[in-house]
Amino acid sequence: MSSVHSDSHGHGHDAHHADVPHFSVKDYATGFVLAVILTVIPFYLVMTDALGDKSLTTLVIAGFAGVQVIVHMIYFLHMNAKSEGGWNLLALVFTCILVFIVLSGVTWVMYHLNHNMMPMPHNMNELP
Amino acid sequence: MSQYNLSGANGAGLTAQYYDLNEHDHPEGGSTQLGFWIYLMSDLLIFAMLFAAFAVLGGNYAAGPGPKDLFELPLVAFNTSMLLFSSITYGFAMIEMQKGRVGGVQFWLVVTALFGATFLGVELYEFSNLIHEGATPQRSAFLSAFFTLVGTHGLHVTFGLIWLGVLLVQLSQRGLEEANKRRLLCLSMFWHFLDVVWVGVFTFVYLMGVLR
Repeated sequence: MSSVHSDSHGHGHDAHHADVPHFSVKDYATGFVLAVILTVIPFYLVMTDALGDKSLTTLVIAGFAGVQVIVHMIYFLHMNAKSEGGWNLLALVFTCILVFIVLSGVTWVMYHLNHNMMPMPHNMNELP
Repeated sequence: MSQYNLSGANGAGLTAQYYDLNEHDHPEGGSTQLGFWIYLMSDLLIFAMLFAAFAVLGGNYAAGPGPKDLFELPLVAFNTSMLLFSSITYGFAMIEMQKGRVGGVQFWLVVTALFGATFLGVELYEFSNLIHEGATPQRSAFLSAFFTLVGTHGLHVTFGLIWLGVLLVQLSQRGLEEANKRRLLCLSMFWHFLDVVWVGVFTFVYLMGVLR
């Protein structure tokens, strides 16, 4: 019985020493160059209106932001499936699910709430 | 439950042994990084709420000024680059820490602090300009949501800078000991996390605001 306990805890203990990430200039430089590219393009698209279509530009810059967040996570925050025995990634995935539920739920509900509002006073005047 | 009690009564010493083993195996601060990461995730939830509030209220100008009248994209681009530079200089500090060179760590931390302070200064300049133009948080729901979201991020940067200053003092007093390395790792996560949040801010608040 006690050997089972010490085994399982010995395993958790091993994971502690492996989690200080290895920092390399190459990782930071790659992340920095990618981040600069992923920042400059959205600013260029918005400031020059290069695409000429607002909703398309909105979608494209949202995509760039998503990719840049992942770049920061990998190259600056050193996320991978192995750090802290996977608990880092698990906490991140859980939080992302919560963030997704909050953001999509709030925008969805509030959008429909606005649409189902009583007619505003200036519309009331037009009613027969 | 009763079964558990039975086995517990059978081996009261066993229970004590179990805790003993546990204490031995954990190095000091071994789980600090995971705990700090979970704090950052809860911080991310705070920002998610503020982003949600901005998404809902961001179009309610109350006949006041909108993003197009207020935001200066070149200034935002400059601020974004400041935060990005501070991220990579913090990375250089971590590389110096890995090599065990205190002087290098201190140098890059000071450079990081300068970039961070520039970011904060420009943000305060932007805020004071807005307030002088009458675009105060009280003006419209859009401005309330804007100041809350961007201001909360700015407050985080402020506390990051204070933390940086404290770490510089600790480094000069005790060098690169285990505890200081742990603190450097935690602040590195905090600092890079703030840059991740800023990616969301400049995209969804500034760029999409101007597009609206």
